[in-house]
Amino acid sequence: MTKRLPGGLIDRSKPLTFSFNGRTMQGFAGDTLASALLANGQRLVARSFKYHRPRGIFSAGSEEPNALMTIGSGAFQEPNVRATVAELYEGLEAKSQNHRGPLSFDLMAVTDLLSPFLSAGFYYKTFMWPASFWEKFYEPVIRESAGLGELATTPDPSTYDKGFLHADVLVIGAGPAGLSAALAAGRAGARVILCDEDFIAGGRLNGEAHEVDGMPGAEWAEATIRELSELPNVRVLTRTTVFGVFDHGIFGALTRNTDHLAPGADGPRQTLWRITAKRAVLAAGATERPIAFAGNDRPGVMLAGSVRTYANRFAAAPGARIAVFTNNDDGWRTARDLTAKGVEVTALIDSRAVGERKAPGGIPLLTGTVVTGTSGRLGLASVTLSSGERIAADCLAVSGGWNPNVALTCHQRGRPRWDDMLAAFLPGADLPLGMAVAGAANGALTFGAALSSGRAAGEAAAADLGFSPVDAPMPKTDDEPYAVSPLWHVEGKGKAFVDLQNDVAVKDVKLAHREGYRSVEHLKRYTTLGMATDQGKTANVLGLAILAECAGKTIPETGTTIFRPPYTPVPIGALAGASRGQAFRPVRKTPSHRWAEAHGASFVEVGPWLRAEWFALPDETHWRQSVDREVVGVRNSVGICDVTTLGKIDIQGRDAGIFLDRVYANIFSTFPVGKVRYGLMLREDGFAFDDSTTARLGEMHYVMTASTANAVAVFRHLEFCRQCLWPDLDVHLISTTDAWAQFAVAGPNARKLLEKIVDPEVDISNDAFPFMACAEITVCGGVDARLFRISFSGELAFEVAVPSRYGNSLFGTLIEAGREFGAVPYGTEALGVMRVEKGHAVGAEINGQTTARDLGLGRMVSAKKDCIGKALADRDHLMEPGRPQLVGFKPVDRAASLVAGAHFLKEGAEPTMANDEGWMTSVCHSPTLGHAIGLGFIAGGLKRLGETVRAVDLVGGSDVAVEIVSPHFVDPEGVRLRG
Amino acid sequence: MIIPHPLLGPRDASEFVYLGDASLIDRPAPEAGIDAFHDYVYQRDNPAGAHRELWFHEHGDRSWLVVTRNTLTHEILAVELAKDVARRRGRGR
Repeated sequence: MTKRLPGGLIDRSKPLTFSFNGRTMQGFAGDTLASALLANGQRLVARSFKYHRPRGIFSAGSEEPNALMTIGSGAFQEPNVRATVAELYEGLEAKSQNHRGPLSFDLMAVTDLLSPFLSAGFYYKTFMWPASFWEKFYEPVIRESAGLGELATTPDPSTYDKGFLHADVLVIGAGPAGLSAALAAGRAGARVILCDEDFIAGGRLNGEAHEVDGMPGAEWAEATIRELSELPNVRVLTRTTVFGVFDHGIFGALTRNTDHLAPGADGPRQTLWRITAKRAVLAAGATERPIAFAGNDRPGVMLAGSVRTYANRFAAAPGARIAVFTNNDDGWRTARDLTAKGVEVTALIDSRAVGERKAPGGIPLLTGTVVTGTSGRLGLASVTLSSGERIAADCLAVSGGWNPNVALTCHQRGRPRWDDMLAAFLPGADLPLGMAVAGAANGALTFGAALSSGRAAGEAAAADLGFSPVDAPMPKTDDEPYAVSPLWHVEGKGKAFVDLQNDVAVKDVKLAHREGYRSVEHLKRYTTLGMATDQGKTANVLGLAILAECAGKTIPETGTTIFRPPYTPVPIGALAGASRGQAFRPVRKTPSHRWAEAHGASFVEVGPWLRAEWFALPDETHWRQSVDREVVGVRNSVGICDVTTLGKIDIQGRDAGIFLDRVYANIFSTFPVGKVRYGLMLREDGFAFDDSTTARLGEMHYVMTASTANAVAVFRHLEFCRQCLWPDLDVHLISTTDAWAQFAVAGPNARKLLEKIVDPEVDISNDAFPFMACAEITVCGGVDARLFRISFSGELAFEVAVPSRYGNSLFGTLIEAGREFGAVPYGTEALGVMRVEKGHAVGAEINGQTTARDLGLGRMVSAKKDCIGKALADRDHLMEPGRPQLVGFKPVDRAASLVAGAHFLKEGAEPTMANDEGWMTSVCHSPTLGHAIGLGFIAGGLKRLGETVRAVDLVGGSDVAVEIVSPHFVDPEGVRLRG
Repeated sequence: MIIPHPLLGPRDASEFVYLGDASLIDRPAPEAGIDAFHDYVYQRDNPAGAHRELWFHEHGDRSWLVVTRNTLTHEILAVELAKDVARRRGRGR
C-alpha cells in the first residue's frame, strides 16, 4: 500500500482485504473498489469494448466509462459493476472484463490493429452480405466479441423489495445544494426525503478541501445530516439513486441495501422505491468532462476533479507524478490540493492565456498550450505538448469543464438550454411538474452559490406548500470563481476518444458527419456514442460539440442531447422485486383443486387459473390414454368436471331483461324464469365477442356466464354499456365468479347420480327439469345450490353450483356418489375433445375475426331489436357468401392426424396465398369416432359438405386429404342432451 | 400517473384500464345507419393536447370515468363519472 496520503474519509482502523484478478490487496472501510485499486497502484483495470485497449480508472463516480468489473462469483457474480461506486468490503473478489488471456496481454487487442477497418458504422457496412452468413457466421462472431462482463448463469439468489414513499419535498442529491435545500424545507416542517447515490452524504463537499462555517466541508455535511436525521419529518436515504422522473410527481429510486456487504447478506439486496412527491429539488451536481486528444484513453489519464477526490476523500494518490491539463479554473484546484497533500505535480497545463496568475506551490505553469499526445505501455509515462515538450507524468488530470447533471430534467421531454458562459447545458424551462433545480445542476458551480441556491429552492418548495421557512444564518464559505474557455479536442496523431466506453473517437464523429449524419440522434445511433452503461455521461456534450464544429454551427444550432430513465442502470431483479417464480403472479386455484391434486390431476394454466387437464390413473403412461378414458367414461356413463373458471355475472334490476336484449344478439327479455338461454355477444364492430349462457333465476334476476378467457373483458364491457350508454337503466352487475363453485355432471347417468345429491323435495326428472331448465335448490341436506340443465359435452348434463367453500367437498361427494356408475373426474382436455365432437366454438373460433354468420350462428342475431354490433355486422363485406365458414373435417385416411393452423387447399393447388381457402382452428382425436377430427373455416362452408380438400401445414410439413363434414360429429340432432 | 377519482380521491393509474376516446359514449341511435356506426367505431381524433378519454377503475369501484388528459404532458385536467357525462349528453335509458 504505497499510494496512501494523509487524511481522507477512510477508516484506517478497519482494514479490508480484497482481490483483483486473484491478487490479494488491502484497503480500508470507506474506500470504493476504485480508490482501493489506485491506492494499491493498480492503474490498468479494464480492456475497452471494441479495440480492447488498456484502460484505467477514469472518474470517481457513477459516470465511470472504463472501470467496469465483475464482482463476486458463482450465483452472486455480477458484471459491469462500476468500481468507482462499488464500496469495498472484506473478501470482495473483483475481476476485469473483456479480455482473452491476462489483462496485461489481451489476445483480442489485435482488434486495435484492425481499427482502420472498424470505423463508425462498421457493422452496418460490413455484415451486409451474403445474407446466408448472418445466422451461421456473423451473428455468432459478433455475439462472442460484443458485450462486456458475463452474467451468472444460475438464478439470482438475492432478494429484492419494492416500496412506496410519499413526500412534500423530494431532494435529489445531498451535496451542498441538496443539504441546504433539505435543511430549509425540513426546518420549515415539510415532509422531506433526501436521496444520494453515494454511501456518505456530502457530494463534492467530501472531495474538496473547502471549509464551510469554519469546518472542513465533509464535517459540515456530516453535522447537517445529523440535524436532518433528528427531524422527524425528514428521511435520509443514502446509497439511493433517483433514476427516473415519471408523470405526476412520481420518481423511481433504487436503494442498494446490502451491496456494500459480502454476498449473501440478510435482507433484500436492493429496494426499488416509487416516491410520490409534491415538489422536488434536483441537486444532482455536475459531471466533469474530458478533452479529446490523441492517446487520452491511456490508463492514468483521469478527470481532474476525480483525481482531487481520490486525494482528498480517499487518501489515495492516482499517481506519483501528476500533470494537470485544463481549460478552466477548476483544474487549478486539483493542482493546488495535490500539492497540499504532498503529491508531486509535474505541470499545470492550461489551454487559456491566464495573464499574471501564478500556479500554486511553484508548480511549473504552461499556459496557452495543450496536450497533443501521450505515451507509456499499459499506463501513462509522459505527455507531449503542442510545443513538442514532453512532460513526465504517470497520471494526467484532465478538466474540460463541468456539465450540470440535467438528466432528470429531461425525463418528461424537457430540453436543456445551452449556456455560453459555462459552455454547458443548463436545465431548460420545461421542467417536470413540481421540480426546481439548484446548485451545480443549475449551473451554480461554486460552493457559496450552491449553498444559497439550494436553500432558496428548499424554502420555495416548502413555502409553496404552505410551510413557513425558518430564519437561520447562511453558512459561510469561500466562493472561488469558475471560468472556462471551451476546448473540446486537440488535433493530433492517433485516436482521440470522445466516448471511452464505446470506443468512439473524434474521427468517428467526423466520419459520421461526412457520411451525412447531421442530427445528434443519428450520430448516436450510427457511432454508438453515448450508449451502454454510462449513457455518455462524460461523452455526450463533447460529441455534440465536435459534430457542431464539423457542421460549422453553434452547439444549440446542432442540437441537444436529452436523457431518458434510468439515470444509472437498474437491475432487472430490482424491477421484478418479489414478483418472481411462484410469486410472479397470483395463481387462482379452482375449488376442487385439493381433491384434484390428491387424485392424480396434472394442471394447466388457463389465464390466471390452474385447471386439471386430466386425471391419470397409475397404469396410464400417455396423456391420450387418460383423456380418451375420460371421454368414453362421460359418453358411456357419467363424468364430473370443475367449470368454476367460467365467468359468472349476477345481473339484477327492473331493466335487466332490456339490458340483456341490447348486449346479446338474441332476445332474452321474453324467456321465462327457471330457464337458461344460450346467447351470443357481438362487439360493436359486428364481430363475435363471446358466447355464453344466461339463466333467469327471477323476474329481475339473471346469472350470466362468460368464457374463462373473456370473463374480465365481458364484465368490463357490460359495465361500459351500463354506465356510458344507458346510465338510467335500472340494472346492476356484480362478478360472482369466485363466489360459486360450479361442476358439470355429464353423461347418461348424470341424473341418477345427481338424484343422490339433491335434497329429497327437488325433482330433477326430465318432465320437471327439462333441458335448459334452472333452479335454486338445496343439496346434501340443506346446502344452497343452483342447478342448470345445460350441456357442453352433448350428453345429458347438469351444472351444479354451491358456495365456493363447499366446492372441494362437493366434488368428492359427487365422485363418491357416482362410484356405482363408474363416474370419472374429467379435465380440460376431455372437455375440449367433447366440445370439438359437438362442434362448439371457443376462443380458437371466436377469435375476433369471425362473425355470427361465419360461425354458423347467423340466425341468433335477432332482426327484431337493436344490439351492440348489429349495425356493423351487416356491412357488405361481412355478408359476402365467400367468407370462410365453420365446418368439420375428417381425414380421408382415418389413421392420419390433423394439425390446427393448417390451411385448406383444393386438390392439386399450389400452396400460395391466392389459393388459400381457409384454416383449421381446432383438432383432436375423437375416441367416440376412433379417428382425428377438426374444426375450421373454409370458403363456401356448409355448401361444400362431402368435398375433399387438403389441409396443408408448411411449417410442420404435413399435407393431409380431409373431407368437409358437418361440425356436429356426435349426436347432431341433440337426442342425448334432451334425454 | 395519478387519477383523481371523483368519489375515491387520488388513485394510481395502475388501478385503471384504459379504453380510449370518450366519444364512445355518443353511440348513434340504432337506426342511424352503417356510416354513422362506422364513424363511431373507427374514427378518432388524435389531439396533441387535451383529450377526453375513458378509464375503467377495474381494481377499484368499477366506475367508468371520463378523464381529460393533456396528451403532451399527461396533466389531468378534469375527471368525471362517465355516467354523469353520459346523462349530460342526453343518454338515459
